[in-house]
Amino acid sequence: MHTTSTERPQPVATMPEPEAASTISARGLTRTFGNHIAVNDVTLELRRGEVLGFLGPNGAGKTTTMHMLTGNLAPSRGEIRICGIDLLEQPSAAKARIGYLPEVPPLYRELTVDEYLQLAAKLHRVPRARRADAVATAKQRCGLSDTGGKLIGTLSKGYQQRVGIAQAIVHSPDVVVLDEPTVGLDPNQIRDIRGLIRELGGAHSVILSTHILPEVEAVCDRVQIMHHGELVYGDTIAALKQFERGTTVLVGLRRPPPVTELAALPGVAAADAIESMLFRIQFAAGADPIDALVKTAAARDWGLYQLKPAQTTLEDVFVHLTRREE
Amino acid sequence: MILTIAGKELRTLFASPLAWVVLTVMQLIVGYAFLRRLDDFLQLQPQLAQMASPPGITDLVAGPIFGTAAAVLLFAVPVLSMRLIAEERRNQTMVLLMSAPVSMTEIVLGKFVGLTAFLAGIVALTTLMPLALAGSARLDYGLLAALVVGLLLLAAAFSAVSLFVSCLTVHPVVAAIGAFAALLGMVLAGEAAGDGLRARGWTVAASLTQVFSPIKSFEPFGKGLLDTYAIACLVLLTTLALALAIRQLDAQRLRS
Repeated sequence: MHTTSTERPQPVATMPEPEAASTISARGLTRTFGNHIAVNDVTLELRRGEVLGFLGPNGAGKTTTMHMLTGNLAPSRGEIRICGIDLLEQPSAAKARIGYLPEVPPLYRELTVDEYLQLAAKLHRVPRARRADAVATAKQRCGLSDTGGKLIGTLSKGYQQRVGIAQAIVHSPDVVVLDEPTVGLDPNQIRDIRGLIRELGGAHSVILSTHILPEVEAVCDRVQIMHHGELVYGDTIAALKQFERGTTVLVGLRRPPPVTELAALPGVAAADAIESMLFRIQFAAGADPIDALVKTAAARDWGLYQLKPAQTTLEDVFVHLTRREE
Repeated sequence: MILTIAGKELRTLFASPLAWVVLTVMQLIVGYAFLRRLDDFLQLQPQLAQMASPPGITDLVAGPIFGTAAAVLLFAVPVLSMRLIAEERRNQTMVLLMSAPVSMTEIVLGKFVGLTAFLAGIVALTTLMPLALAGSARLDYGLLAALVVGLLLLAAAFSAVSLFVSCLTVHPVVAAIGAFAALLGMVLAGEAAGDGLRARGWTVAASLTQVFSPIKSFEPFGKGLLDTYAIACLVLLTTLALALAIRQLDAQRLRS
């Protein structure tokens, strides 16, 4: 993959990093379970105020990575720094700067929302004087202002998810790590949560794991794709949209020739059939065979009825990267 | 931080029916034993009056009901302790504690203090029964105090051992049964091993087995003795189990 190695955040030199530069910096993160390598040599960096989308098929190692970043799991190898503090050497100081919403929100169903958020604030060492404020702010940001007295067990899934997010931001951490925060929510709630995440990106850094691709395009500044425990792609969303743009077209032909004939056209690098009458044609580097294609199609009576640039969505990139071995 | 976690344990415990059921059952059993003993005492009283130095009401009533309370704790503590770690891991709420800036030691001690505080409530309720006789009989407060200290230490040892077993599994029921087996095994095997070793003349080894025989360590308190060796044994067992629990949780973070 041409972008993989060059676009990946470069390892920082060994000198101590300046505080403000990056909120999370993980290097060479590896985790093995017996002989199985769940996460292999993952290096990632999160800058202040950035929302990072963390993508990957199921079982790619996203949750394991997030568990390591939040100190729930010790890495087999590698180093994690939270705002310059080594997570393995000074776990308490580092953890105080992280808020984590795991895939299953860690909620005590028998507590009320207020009691629970109070507890979360206490556990994260929010000073007594600021605790009530912190809880009120977190509730207000997550739209929980009216639900403070309700038992968590009686809330709907969407509200429980909000309580989970409130728990992660109550101590206003530098980094918020959210593992699939919109799973199981209705479309309105998803919109609310996305709005909240974008808002969080202003003051905090956010790592967002998901496999809902439009979500990443909607809220993230940068995206990292993980596959089989390794980072296979990392770039900004803006750059992603450039990825492969203008180098691929979709061609619809009513009376198509064999696909090998299309691939043999001058300037065409590859052609493959999507359906019986729809083809994806990839151009060779620097070539523009559109004219030749149209002329040939007319001359040989292929019945050209559609010709459009293939839009590169995150989905294409994702499928391309995570399916290439199969 | 330890107190925060202990407070949370107590709050969630009292929010569930479990705490109330345990308290109710405890009161019923101990209350029944108390009334029964009191009845026996009243029937024996004419004979006791003829003895040169008769055992007092504290010996005959309070001693046995503290024994009953100890036996009920043997069943109750495993059930209460399964919530502490196993159920939290099962419900995936442990992540809240693990992601917070709290050390493993604080988590384990917080949970231990929380459970022991609840058990201290049970001990207090048990103590109230003989105290209710204070107006009509002369109580031996020294003996009563020894019983309270003994039962508290015993409860602490039980909860530490059960807490350790609770760290070993994510299945709450397995944790409860495992803790019960561990405690009962200690009571039975610790006693037998001690007697066996003593019969062979290995007194030092026999004395050491008392560490793993908490009920045996509780016995001197029933005679009103504050036996330093028995206290040391109970404290040692408690400390050992807590240290193992901390190690176990730390190891899990490294392992899976």
